Amino acid sequence: MKSRYSIFTLARNAMNYHKDWERAWRSPAPKSEYDAVIVGAGGHGLATAYYLAKNHKLTNIAVVEKGWLGGGNTGRNTTIIRSNYLQDPSIAIYELARSLYEDLSRDLNFNVMFSPRGVMMLCQTEHEFRAFKRTAHANRLAGLDCRMITPEEVKKIAPIINDDPNCRYPILGAYYQPRGGTGRHDAVAWGYARGADSLGVDIIQNCEVLSIRRDGAKVAGLETSKGFIKTKKIGVVTAGHVSTIVQTAGLRLPIESLCLQALVSEPIKPVLDCVVMANTVHGYLSQSDKGELVVGGGTDPYNNYSQRGSFPALEHTVTALVETFPIISRLRMLRMWGGIVDMTGDRSPIIGKTDVEGLYVNCGWGTGGFKSIPGSGFVFADTIANDRPHPIAEPFGLNRFIEGRLIDESVAAAVAH
Amino acid sequence: MLIVHCPVCGAEGDETDFHYGGEAHIRRPATEDPASVSDAAQRDYLFMRRNPKGLHFERWRCDRGCGKWFHAVRDTLTMDFKGTYGITELPPRALMEAATGEWASFFKDKLAAVQPARKGKSS
Repeated sequence: MKSRYSIFTLARNAMNYHKDWERAWRSPAPKSEYDAVIVGAGGHGLATAYYLAKNHKLTNIAVVEKGWLGGGNTGRNTTIIRSNYLQDPSIAIYELARSLYEDLSRDLNFNVMFSPRGVMMLCQTEHEFRAFKRTAHANRLAGLDCRMITPEEVKKIAPIINDDPNCRYPILGAYYQPRGGTGRHDAVAWGYARGADSLGVDIIQNCEVLSIRRDGAKVAGLETSKGFIKTKKIGVVTAGHVSTIVQTAGLRLPIESLCLQALVSEPIKPVLDCVVMANTVHGYLSQSDKGELVVGGGTDPYNNYSQRGSFPALEHTVTALVETFPIISRLRMLRMWGGIVDMTGDRSPIIGKTDVEGLYVNCGWGTGGFKSIPGSGFVFADTIANDRPHPIAEPFGLNRFIEGRLIDESVAAAVAH
Repeated sequence: MLIVHCPVCGAEGDETDFHYGGEAHIRRPATEDPASVSDAAQRDYLFMRRNPKGLHFERWRCDRGCGKWFHAVRDTLTMDFKGTYGITELPPRALMEAATGEWASFFKDKLAAVQPARKGKSS
């Protein structure tokens, strides 16, 4: 068991010029056999491992990762956390995640910097206003703390917004979730990694899964770049690369991999203390604690595995935001990057069992993975441990595509998450 | 940014001059025999995708040129276009042979059919 982080350990280590901090997690060599192996050490994979160990006492497990932990989409998103989706199953899982975030720093003994600063989704056309009103009613029925706000309230919460009623897309109001906000994305991965590791989970980085070995209808183990790992249960949580991995077990998924980009500006003084999403014009904005404006938009349209997006998508996003926030027009952008997201036809995730016994998938989070990390890990761990879908995960099974029982969130997901 | 070439009108432009139409060679099962389409076949048609990392066969539309749809072969890792061909055609033989994974198995019987006699080609 690791020593807890506290003001006292901080003071003690300060005495030694911070030279003696214990490593946050081990770097073990893979054992030849585990009870379960999670593929992908991003937020979702690490959260799954953590809850498997913590809630289900399954500690002889491993997380294998091709690169470094948290180096994929977990480190590439815009850190927005909200749960105001339209459909009941989505509300249940995203709200589970959001509520777990509230207590996550204490649970993990790691500051994930969850900041419930409010998420405001602008209504810039009559249609959007009506659509959000519908979502607002659905959310109130489900007990979410969300409400529609007037243009005056919008201006009060975000004074830098362009409130000219004669502009191309005037602000007609907004849909506001005061308990939504942001978190520190890396810290979520690191916190779960440290938590899982201290419960005995092996996190094996730089270990690429080459293929899934099958024994008839069951999984036999994983061929990896560090040798064969025998296991009866495999959870694949690799976002944009999920198709290529499950194809080695002979499965196809209703997933397409697209590139989603984000960028940050140079740091400026605090101008915006909530998250603003402008879905009609395709862009969203928040300000990090360092002062950088964090900007996100929609995906590039075509299949892409390269983690590099194209310029038109960025240009489109930035144009939209300059229209909505005129004061940012002279800001220089510091960094831009792309992540490969796994899009499903209905923009809802896939969580659950597959046709191969012992092979579980948790994917299809598309552009909305970060906000759902704790909830996704929680229900996926339960699904793997008990070999049946957790009640909250059940509607998200693969069978929904064959039954035509889609969970259509293409409106709530809109451009951004 | 992708530079796309239209095989129909010969226009060349960046990706904003074209429209991406997703995976190619998906056949609607109900077109052939509506009465006997299984739920699984309908799901495959609507949702299941090959999503390869590497060579991909896809549809594009020449939005700001001739407005016609066409097929393109593109590498989803390097973003290189390997070739284009007509919307009713199969890829050139060399590109069918270069396909990997699920695309390779898709083109396997088509390659065999194309090779000996071209007169039976219907698609």
